[in-house]
Amino acid sequence: MYRILKKEMLNPTVMRMVVEAPLIAKKAQPGQFIIFRTFADSERVPLTIADYDREGGTVTIIFQILGASTMELASLNEGDCICDFVGPLGTPSNTENLKKVCVIGGGVGCAIAYPVAKKLHENGCIVHTVAGFRNKELVILEDEFSKVSDKIEIMTDDGSYGEKGLVTDALEKLVSEGNEYDEVIAIGPLIMMKFVCLTTKKYGIKTTVSMNPIMVDGTGMCGGCRLTVGGETKFACVDGPDFDGHQVDFDEAINRGRIYRDFETLRREENCNLLKKEVQ
Amino acid sequence: MANMSNKKHPMPSQEPQVRKHNFKEVATGYTYEMAIEEAKRCLNCKTKPCQSKCPVAIDIPAFIEKLASEDIKGAYEVISRSSALASVCGRVCPQESQCESACVRGRQGESVAIGRLERFVADYYREHYDSPSEKITTNGHRVAIIGAGPSGLTAAGDLAKLGYDVTVFEALHTPGGVLVYGIPEFRLPKDIVQAEISKLEQMGVKILTNMVVGKIITVDELFEDGFEAVYIASGAGLPRFMGIKGEELNGVYSANEYLTRINLMKAYLPDSKTPIKKSKRVAVVGGGNVAMDAARSAMRLGAEEVYIVYRRGLEELPARKEEIEHAQEEGVIFKTLTNPLEILNDGNGNVRGIKCVQMELGEPDESGRRAPVEKKDSAFEIELDTVIMSIGTSPNPLIRKTTPRLETNKKGCIVTFDESGKTSREGVFAGGDAVTGAATVILAMGAGKSAAKAIDEYIKNKH
Repeated sequence: MYRILKKEMLNPTVMRMVVEAPLIAKKAQPGQFIIFRTFADSERVPLTIADYDREGGTVTIIFQILGASTMELASLNEGDCICDFVGPLGTPSNTENLKKVCVIGGGVGCAIAYPVAKKLHENGCIVHTVAGFRNKELVILEDEFSKVSDKIEIMTDDGSYGEKGLVTDALEKLVSEGNEYDEVIAIGPLIMMKFVCLTTKKYGIKTTVSMNPIMVDGTGMCGGCRLTVGGETKFACVDGPDFDGHQVDFDEAINRGRIYRDFETLRREENCNLLKKEVQ
Repeated sequence: MANMSNKKHPMPSQEPQVRKHNFKEVATGYTYEMAIEEAKRCLNCKTKPCQSKCPVAIDIPAFIEKLASEDIKGAYEVISRSSALASVCGRVCPQESQCESACVRGRQGESVAIGRLERFVADYYREHYDSPSEKITTNGHRVAIIGAGPSGLTAAGDLAKLGYDVTVFEALHTPGGVLVYGIPEFRLPKDIVQAEISKLEQMGVKILTNMVVGKIITVDELFEDGFEAVYIASGAGLPRFMGIKGEELNGVYSANEYLTRINLMKAYLPDSKTPIKKSKRVAVVGGGNVAMDAARSAMRLGAEEVYIVYRRGLEELPARKEEIEHAQEEGVIFKTLTNPLEILNDGNGNVRGIKCVQMELGEPDESGRRAPVEKKDSAFEIELDTVIMSIGTSPNPLIRKTTPRLETNKKGCIVTFDESGKTSREGVFAGGDAVTGAATVILAMGAGKSAAKAIDEYIKNKH
């Protein structure tokens, strides 16, 4: 069983959990993910690993409480156990042989971008971080990023914190200031990654994105996580989740992410009603 | 008194119009009287041609003889000497091309219904005599098995009986492999699989779930941890797609995904937390057993029209005859000699239909089957909302990529050097779909049996 050692809210909708999983902690690398099932009848859901502690035997996950499955997970308390927790899955991010990188995180995607930035920093790479959020209330991991970044730009849609604007505005600014990056690593909503890639393509900067499609087993069996990359079918669970952003067909990925939207809405409403009843 | 009827006793089954709306088992099984009557059709041939066609070499005439004399416990003991999964094989083995194909009674009329009798014996035993298996005292030698599917479980059972301390590493949250994620409840109830697995655990076999070997632990680390031999039975891998336009659309599934959602994740239950598309018109591309399972599952989930689209003829369908007949009885429409050209988009990224072309059979190809060739100007469209691709799999890369010096072939299947499952690595054995590519449950079990024997010899020789 996988015990929750710590649980905290990072902002009104984003939760951090530290989970006891010594074997996964021993092997985890930035960019890899786990699949969890909260209860024996729950859905399998992938989540990218946000941090790990090899000595302490823990894996940290950060997730937005968005749908029925993440609501279920959030309902567990410190000391409770998650039914299934499997990983580390996927291919680790490449953090070697890079001298200067711009790491871009969008919203809860920052949780995935952070371990990559941390590893790059440990490897002696210059890290510029751009983190984008809708507003001040939703800003997460600013302290953590600050510690591993040589430069950090926080962007908010409404200007309530940091600079007003999109992450691509910050990226354009950094590039125009003469920063030459070996690579841009962008992790966040599909639409954000798409526009980051359009920007970097203009400047010819290699760009890696982390894809998070719908998955079932996550081990290379079901094929549900397929994407088109450079005109070829790739499977995010074993070939990714990192891909060359200039090759990814984002519009297709955005469409595939919508397959179960109605089902998810229905389940979320059901869950909300259940929670309301419990409160009453 | 021998029963000289030329025909097998028919299998009692749910009516097609009833069963196409539920996930309960289609074939309900022989009654006691039917089983004894059918057992009496066996001539108890001295040469046992049936046994030689069984991949795990069950002494078939011996178990049927016990059954005919109403010694069901004795019959079960004969089967379990060779098979750890009798109630599974009785249901899913292609008996018509194995044991039953060699039955002398088949020369004039129908063979003895060996599979149905095996199922009866296993079910009757489980319901009437079964008691927890005794824990076996181990000899202290540890063997690791990768994959808790039919091959791994068979090897685990045989090795445990020989006294080995066996640990099975399963990637999914439930053991059983294809028996759990692939074969639907209506062909193989999951509580039967669970009962067989519980027996292994009672004997002392340890099954660790959520363990993806190649990720959380490698084959080399298993040896470092003190395992003396490793059996790789990790099964088939990623689904193949045709590479035609439209396969990325919403509403296109691989059979693996469709069946995993339904079987492993129980998406057919009304309160399931795992979604599946509620389809009205479905085409399954492919003609194997997996295609039949997908088509019949779609029917049960409420589809109004379900097609099998297969590029060769009805005669060439690789699925078992029984599965094809069951699918036909349930109303699945067979579009044979038909090949998909393109999956059509409704304009919003969803499946609207499939464009196909008619085929005709030409000269035999390398597989010996007549190769289908396109008929000119024969393209047509079928209106659909779901397409399920069931055209095979390619091996999972996780173990291959993380085990240095493990030889694999061009396709990515693990190379074994003889029937024992020996690989290019000392102490590493492999079998089942990971070696052969997608095949049958019983062949995987046969490989598990051979490997268990070879592992026993290997460890004994070392000491």
